[in-house]
Amino acid sequence: MAATVTPEAVEKTVVEALPQFGVDESQISRDATFEALDVDSLDLAELSQIIEDEYGVQLKGDDVGKIKTVGDAIDLVVSRAG
Amino acid sequence: MNREIVVTGVGAVTPLGVGARTLYERWKAGESGIEDGQGAATDFDPTEHLTVKQVRRADRFSQFAMVASDEALEEAGWKDELPYEADRVATLIGTGIGGIGTLEANHKVLLDKGPKAVSPLSIPLLMGNSASAAVSMRHGLRGHSFATLSACAAGAHAIGTAARMIQTGDADAVVTGGSEAALTPLATAAFAALDALSDKGISRPFDAERDGFVMGEGAAVLVLEDGERARKRGANILATLAGYGASSDSYHLTAPEKDGGGAIEAMKQALHDAGYGPQDVVYVNAHGTSTPLNDRAETVAIKKVLGDGVPVSSLKSSIGHLLGAAGAVEAVATILALRDRVAPPTLNYEHPDEGLDLDYVPNEARELDINGKKAVALSNAFGFGGHNAVLCLEVA
Repeated sequence: MAATVTPEAVEKTVVEALPQFGVDESQISRDATFEALDVDSLDLAELSQIIEDEYGVQLKGDDVGKIKTVGDAIDLVVSRAG
Repeated sequence: MNREIVVTGVGAVTPLGVGARTLYERWKAGESGIEDGQGAATDFDPTEHLTVKQVRRADRFSQFAMVASDEALEEAGWKDELPYEADRVATLIGTGIGGIGTLEANHKVLLDKGPKAVSPLSIPLLMGNSASAAVSMRHGLRGHSFATLSACAAGAHAIGTAARMIQTGDADAVVTGGSEAALTPLATAAFAALDALSDKGISRPFDAERDGFVMGEGAAVLVLEDGERARKRGANILATLAGYGASSDSYHLTAPEKDGGGAIEAMKQALHDAGYGPQDVVYVNAHGTSTPLNDRAETVAIKKVLGDGVPVSSLKSSIGHLLGAAGAVEAVATILALRDRVAPPTLNYEHPDEGLDLDYVPNEARELDINGKKAVALSNAFGFGGHNAVLCLEVA
């Protein structure tokens, strides 16, 4: 069963996932841009996989291309689940 | 060769440790990097050299190549700035198999968890050109870049092809070498199924009791430069790549021809390319795998090309067979040996085999008695598929 999607839960998932990709944990916030965090398309592909595995929410390439910040990613997942 | 090709930096990661000098000095001292029947690069911790992201973005074979390239570029004096336009510097790293560790791990994920769990990094990490890509990106090299893929000749093919790139004017310099990280369950089982591996786990090239090779892992990277340009910029020149020869047995997928086959032609070509004759060669770094077939056929080939007076030894006796990295690692070790005027030893050599009667430099390194002559050596690499690549290396 996929976990229930809440903004808090998704934020926790994202914040826990990013350091695995080498992102400095202290730099992560909702407003931080992926560019500033040095999170690129391959990292986002991995993040999408983690999100889908946990919440059953699929993020397509077009969606991922539009998101700029950590907050964008969280909001997108929450909106898709709704 | 119509333009002089010089080596200005070398780097290595091998079962004897991290560093080209570590490799050479330990081999010369008769030390072995083989434990429990494998030559694992146990001293290599990628996190000591690479960021978390770099480690995640590279299969182990690419990690080896990156770290070896750092050492080579630093020695060449390239660390802070490239001495050439970036688009005039090529990258060419050979491999026998590529990222098989990544492939095996993700195949297991596929079977256990299904296709959606397979990592998006799988292909970019496992592809055979990923070490070349990683080295090119790491150092901002924007010239030609690709991989050579010719089993255990790949590293030597890369170096020889790199020299040709400079000679044809496609590059002013090339960062080249070979890398392999195939100490994985599938690769090990597959070589064992071929009966290619030593049951006893002992690498003893040319010995009568040799029973197959011992697998090893690692990488070596060399910086090759156009000699004229390198001298102009005041580079420290370690060696000259005087000649290169390559051929195919066109005979069998895994076995060499008993009469020496295409290896003879490759050795002759390398000498001819260098403008040297058999009498000029003071040392041969043999392919010397410790398999019954290779060591016999290679002995025949060396005798036919060079006679039986030249010292011949095999680095594989100390570190095992590094497959696609072997030709590059052995070229690096040969360069350092020539600079030192030493023939390093063939370890574990105890029992002479009938017909294998060359001077294999058994068990102890020996000074090369060359009376002021140039130190010229051949470094042989032969691969499954019948691919042969031979480098003629020279140190003034």
